[in-house]
Amino acid sequence: MLTILFDGVAYGMILFVLACGLSVTMGLMNFINLAHGAFAMFGGYVTVLAMQRLGLPFLWALPAAFLVAAAAGLVLERLVYRPMYAKSHLDQVMFSIGLVFMAVAGADYLMGSSQQFVQLPAWLSGRFDLAGIGVGRYRLFIILLCGALAFAMQWGFTRTRFGSRLRAAVDDARVARGLGIPVNRLFALTFAFGSGLAGLGGALGIELMGLDPTFSLKFMIYFLIVVTVGGTSTISGPFFAAMLLGVADVAGKYLVPQLGAFIIYALMVVLLITRPHGLFARGRA
Amino acid sequence: MSVALQTFDLCKSFGGITATDHVDFTLAKGARHALIGPNGAGKTTFVNLLTGVLRPSSGRVELKGEDITAVSREARVGRGLARTFQINQLFGTMTPVEMIALVTSERLGRGRQLLRALDRDAELVAETAEILARFRLDDIMDERIATLPYGKQRQIEIAAAFAAKPSVLLLDEPAAGVPEAERRELMAMVAGLPEDVSVLLIEHDMDLVFRFATRITVLVNGHVLAEGDPDEVARDPAVRAAYLGEHAHG
Amino acid sequence: MSEGSIEARVQRSLYAARRWHPAEIMFWLLAVAAFFLLPRQLLILNEIAILGLFAVSLDLILGYAGIVSLGHAAFFGFGAYAAGLFAKHASADPLAGLAVGMGAAGLLGLLTSPLILRGSDLTRLMVTLGVALILGELANSLGWLTGGADGLQGIMMGSVLGLFEFDIFGKVAYLYSLAVLFVLFVLARRIVGSPFGLSLRAIRDNPLRASASGVPLHWRLVAVYTLAAAYAGAAGALLAQTTQFVSLDVLAFHRSADLMLVLIIGGAGYLYGGLIGAVAFKLLQDVIASFTPQYWMFWIGLFLVLFVLGGRELIHGGIKAVVGRVARLGRRSPT
Repeated sequence: MLTILFDGVAYGMILFVLACGLSVTMGLMNFINLAHGAFAMFGGYVTVLAMQRLGLPFLWALPAAFLVAAAAGLVLERLVYRPMYAKSHLDQVMFSIGLVFMAVAGADYLMGSSQQFVQLPAWLSGRFDLAGIGVGRYRLFIILLCGALAFAMQWGFTRTRFGSRLRAAVDDARVARGLGIPVNRLFALTFAFGSGLAGLGGALGIELMGLDPTFSLKFMIYFLIVVTVGGTSTISGPFFAAMLLGVADVAGKYLVPQLGAFIIYALMVVLLITRPHGLFARGRA
Repeated sequence: MSVALQTFDLCKSFGGITATDHVDFTLAKGARHALIGPNGAGKTTFVNLLTGVLRPSSGRVELKGEDITAVSREARVGRGLARTFQINQLFGTMTPVEMIALVTSERLGRGRQLLRALDRDAELVAETAEILARFRLDDIMDERIATLPYGKQRQIEIAAAFAAKPSVLLLDEPAAGVPEAERRELMAMVAGLPEDVSVLLIEHDMDLVFRFATRITVLVNGHVLAEGDPDEVARDPAVRAAYLGEHAHG
Repeated sequence: MSEGSIEARVQRSLYAARRWHPAEIMFWLLAVAAFFLLPRQLLILNEIAILGLFAVSLDLILGYAGIVSLGHAAFFGFGAYAAGLFAKHASADPLAGLAVGMGAAGLLGLLTSPLILRGSDLTRLMVTLGVALILGELANSLGWLTGGADGLQGIMMGSVLGLFEFDIFGKVAYLYSLAVLFVLFVLARRIVGSPFGLSLRAIRDNPLRASASGVPLHWRLVAVYTLAAAYAGAAGALLAQTTQFVSLDVLAFHRSADLMLVLIIGGAGYLYGGLIGAVAFKLLQDVIASFTPQYWMFWIGLFLVLFVLGGRELIHGGIKAVVGRVARLGRRSPT
């Protein structure tokens, strides 16, 4: 039972890293980027290639995944995303679905449709017993790494100058512009950082979630759940939403496998109805 | 004097800010009443409370003696309370014919008819035509509203509210942003509304107010500072200090 | 100008919106002519008719009432399974099955309509998507009923009206689907031209003013959502009946996404957009699939991206030009 909780937390941590970039783009530019998962998939493939072709060790492949995905985010934001901000939500959705479709088919073309695997270093594989709980080493690593990231982000978001500008821009981009905050550049940086985190999440998730060309479609709904349930104005909202989702999903799949993903979808719909502005929202969602 | 619309101890606060502060207000039947006050005095909040866009924190609203505090926005329209908006709220893709026909069809209870053709409904056609004629919209009735000049759009605002055949009509700065030349025509239209319609004009422009209103209420910081006929209000030292003085400078 | 003449002009204006345009009549004649001119393409024509009906359904809520949905396949799939199960276990009569499919999907629409009343576009997109995903999961896990991943097999259809047996060339299938499409289209056309339809456009244009004009937003949205769900159910039922098979694919996400594409290709808010879009989409799919079947998704994606980035004006300009030319021809010929 506690093992399920542990695995769920690890899973939730990855979801958080994957989704939190999306949460900020949504809050900042009110932009629905369904293609966020494509950056995660990209990061995953970068890791696979880096390890198989370049022979990089896993730990070095992770920052590579982050950097390459962030660079891709920076370029795409400039080239194709920026004209979309002023368009309707429907257009944004169609546009980003288009990107997802291209990413799925493109990955299939370049990498083939089969599942990809990575070889984890020996010190990260296997599990050990801790007070009767089976603890997977890799999952523990994920919890520590992502937990540290979450803390760092929370600190950066609330304590630094960049964070306070970002919060101001999320609250009201027009006023922030009026105060001389370079919202566009802020957004480009945040978008790139969020894409990088997605890439990192994708890399970390290969072992737990699998990696194949349909990744960005399959997990799109998960990211969206995290964001809509967690709200877009904080770091902690999506964090707890991701934890909840991770634990609920893992527990559901262990305990009542025949229901599949039914539980989390139902959970999401219920939450959206009862708390339409997010689980931890402060006013505007 | 019979009462068209009345509020009792009406309050509304947002977080810690009180936007409407214990307002007891009476609009007499057939009144030409104006509500004035400096920016941020809570005029628009007050209108939103009357029309049901906002729910009051406490207090109540009565229309013709009936408590409507809990009545929905659209049901208030059915009971005879219509409004215009300070910022145009129009059906941009429609033509004036369609917009007026829509309001008329809802008033006649036609909105649930799924299969009836609009043009086959003689009553609907007649009343739509009457409104278009009254507000002199007949020459532009087939243009898309979004493409019409601003002054015409303001006219449609009023026409659409009037098409609901209200007993109480709230006009939220009807002339806001309208060029001087067209403003006179617009206000002539307002002055020409039937006498049995009680009109509450929310306005910034003192000239308009003093020309139009027979009674004036001054709202400052959410509460009623003064009320009376135009001369009384103009003489009231508190009003001069709080509002007219500031207006003269600003 | 006298009062009487304004009244006449109002009546004329209101009539103009629902008058049958020569181009419309030509459109339907072409659809019938296709039966004779393209005898080897009847199966794809049947698919186009079904997709067109499905798109009309989305247009009712998106184009007219302004409700965005990423899960319209829920109703399509529900109607398909309902009609398929009905044919398998109750009666092989197609029209009865069609009614069951519409009724079931309509009921589902009615039950889920409270979900789309509140919240932003984003919430609506999510909730509709969620409902479709839930149904997909259900259909997958209730294998004893739906056949699960193998699909619902063994559907035997009776003849339409007891006269026309379905054939392997799709002759009866196309005519049946086209007839259902036509009847439901005419009904939809009538509805959007009614006081009810006008109130939907009011809600789409400006909900604030709509409620200030006495339109009860919630009830109208519930009504149109239910109606659109029934239409989608009809499309799903047609697919189940004419292919005599229902797979999990009817509930898949890409079906909802493709549908959006269909509607934005053709343009929302005038009913024909869905039909034109369906024709264009299927042709596009056919062309692309002929040279690169595996990566069809990439081209659809690229098309979507380019479309939103600026291609829309181009395409819609083109459609308008063609329609305008046809309309002018139509106007000239009878006089």
